[in-house]
Amino acid sequence: MRTQTASTRSGALSHVRICDFTGQLAGAGATKFLAAFGAQVIRIEDPERQGRWDILRGAPPFRDERRGIDLGGAFNNHNVEKLGITLNLKSPRGRELLERLVRISDVVAENFAAGVMERLGFGYERLRALRPDVVYVSNSGFGASGPYLRFKTWGPVVQAISGLTFTSGLPDREPAGWGFSYMDHTGASYMAMAILMALLHRARTGEGQWVDMSCTEAGATLTGPAILDWTVNHRPMRRPGSPHGNRSEWPPMAPHGIYPARGDDCWIAIACRDAADWRAFARVVDRPFVREARFADLAGRLAAQDALDDEVVAWTRELEASAVTRALVAAGVPAAVVARPEERIEHDPNTAAWGLWPEVEHRAMGRVRVDGLPVHLSRTDWSITRGAPCLGEHNDQVFGELLGLAPEEIDALRAGGVI
Amino acid sequence: MPGPLECLRVLELAHERTAFAGKLLADAGADVRLLEPRDGCAQRRHAPFVDDRPDREGSLSFWHYNTSKRGITLDLDTLRGRELARELIARADVVLEGEDPGRLAALGIDAPLELERQRSLVWVSITPFGRNAPRAAEPATDLTLLAGGGPVWSCGYDDHALPPVRGGGNQAYHTGAHYAVMAVLVALLERERSGRGQLVDVNIYAACNVTTELATYEWLVARKTVQRQTGRHATVMRTAPTQARCADGRHANTGVPPRTPEEFGRLRQWVLDLGLAEEYPEVFLLELGMQREPLDLWRIGEDEEVTAIFAAGRDAIVLIASRLPAADFFRQAQERGIPVGVIYAPEEVLDDPHFRARGFPAQVDHPELGRAVTYPGAPYRFLRTPWRVSRRAPRLGEHNAEIYAELGLGADALEALRAQGVL
Repeated sequence: MRTQTASTRSGALSHVRICDFTGQLAGAGATKFLAAFGAQVIRIEDPERQGRWDILRGAPPFRDERRGIDLGGAFNNHNVEKLGITLNLKSPRGRELLERLVRISDVVAENFAAGVMERLGFGYERLRALRPDVVYVSNSGFGASGPYLRFKTWGPVVQAISGLTFTSGLPDREPAGWGFSYMDHTGASYMAMAILMALLHRARTGEGQWVDMSCTEAGATLTGPAILDWTVNHRPMRRPGSPHGNRSEWPPMAPHGIYPARGDDCWIAIACRDAADWRAFARVVDRPFVREARFADLAGRLAAQDALDDEVVAWTRELEASAVTRALVAAGVPAAVVARPEERIEHDPNTAAWGLWPEVEHRAMGRVRVDGLPVHLSRTDWSITRGAPCLGEHNDQVFGELLGLAPEEIDALRAGGVI
Repeated sequence: MPGPLECLRVLELAHERTAFAGKLLADAGADVRLLEPRDGCAQRRHAPFVDDRPDREGSLSFWHYNTSKRGITLDLDTLRGRELARELIARADVVLEGEDPGRLAALGIDAPLELERQRSLVWVSITPFGRNAPRAAEPATDLTLLAGGGPVWSCGYDDHALPPVRGGGNQAYHTGAHYAVMAVLVALLERERSGRGQLVDVNIYAACNVTTELATYEWLVARKTVQRQTGRHATVMRTAPTQARCADGRHANTGVPPRTPEEFGRLRQWVLDLGLAEEYPEVFLLELGMQREPLDLWRIGEDEEVTAIFAAGRDAIVLIASRLPAADFFRQAQERGIPVGVIYAPEEVLDDPHFRARGFPAQVDHPELGRAVTYPGAPYRFLRTPWRVSRRAPRLGEHNAEIYAELGLGADALEALRAQGVL
């Protein structure tokens, strides 16, 4: 287990300051990644609405019986290592303070609906006037132009429109879709990439810029071979028998699927990549069907895939999932239990050895584990030890130390509802 | 105009685990050199093929994942091949590889050694479980990584007699590639200041584990287990359907049902405009929703009135959806400020007027076909340094001459290497 302490805080991005208006996961996930590598991320929230623009603030899961704006588990997960301030942008004083913050920030990041920053008076032209080399990344459902400019989205809507929901299903049934906001995770990744690429360009040339990101476009880049099968071969994915999410059409593999095991809702994924995998699979299974001529080669197994799957199901359904998986993996065949959260978080030495579930100290929630990062850098690795900010937790630090306001001035801002 | 990563030179050892990361860097302007074995990388044998004819120059999977790259061949199993590989590494800012842990070291091309020799190098390994993991040697595919890593547990149908379902498109590999690119960019930004590179170890299984949203943090925070449901979030407590069948038999996602007074007002008006008031006796609940504070999602199931109003909003949307074709339902709802989404098949996105108006479909010239082919376009729009497919995927060894010329190898030398089985 890798241990992390405050003294090992990553320095990779310690020279980067981000003025952060992001929320939910599609935005907050991007600045979380950067904060874990040491970027100073200053999260700005509306004091009047107690930051509720981010629907995850104060929303479940909760760690105990307590409820409240600072106690949302999802919010904590996506906002670790950030500073949190409140700022009322409807007040002239609030706007003036934001201007001062923008002047000393490298990046302004937001995932409001398109046009909101303009209406707040902080569109790209204004930001650039304040800070000529600013990197501004806006992340919205449909981007900053086009007929759907005013349309709104959340993860499942993005997945629906970008073609991803459709890819997940069993033949001749309605789409199963994604049981989570895959495109919030992934939209956040593209947003982080955009920020980092723009910063690299700026490091080389001194030029800042605006990056207009549309989550639905990012999603629509994730089904490339299917799109080319249409534009080149005119074969649509919407056709009878298609899609079959658990089979592998490209590259073709058989058997390839998710099969029942003994017990309640227990399943095993098995993929035979090639002839060697099939021979190894056959040795582990050792039932008459593996010797049938019709299953001898890939073409035969693909042609008779329904019958093959029936045979595999008849074999797996009486067996214990982890035992079958171990036997197949030991024989060199890719296989996995369809893991419940508890299994992969508490009982898999691989996630523990990676340090994948760091525990943070949250001022109100106490000690809580969160999602870590699936990368390690050998010299300047990430570090996650501090929980998400409570509402306005770092007002004194940011307005005082960073902007140089006196304590009485900060008290006055508080009293005046500016922060 | 050049992309944001102009001046960055990447050597990619072709592998299905690196292909997408290489594409993301190449389409952003990096000079990505794709190194393949003499008979081509495995991806060239992946369907679909142009006109369904298997051909190493006709794999559409290879085409998609290798845009904007230049291609060279090299046999790393030969001594001379390994020498040339080291020379190519010496000229690279980034090495991107997805080999099974140990394979390259066995060939004498090991990351720690190369990093020792070339201190500014960033070396990226994308492996199923990480370079030094307890399970590093286990075989894995996109399916088994998504199943073992968590996402599959959350995907499927209300009926748990049906198996959980894997979302399509090799998203485990994509997720690994996204984190690889994010991490390599962090390493490069750090290098701008320190002048030093480092090793970036990317673990696809871990990437899947942190790409499950609620499933993970319901467990971490509350020790609760989510259960899969048709077309919507897997949750601890069962929720009502959000996927509606429209009048044309296609489906739409109805999004988060209304929560605010304004949303309830717009929905009520839509019910009235479509003449559905008589079929929908709960209009009064929508009116209640118009008269109170926005609903808190977490009070659903705990507060009777909140639960009833929320359900009424959802029911009204499902009723409307059943009366309109999916695309019309989507646009009309959104125009009324109700965020729903039509469920497109991947190919249908390209024809949508919004995506066309923004120029999302990208035309890529294929001289061998005598025409351009439409590809998915930019995932982000850099105003100053645009994303761009600079060329179609390379033909096998297409750029041997120009890239090996950098190492001082002329036509005769290349011919000799070819004859020796090195290229």
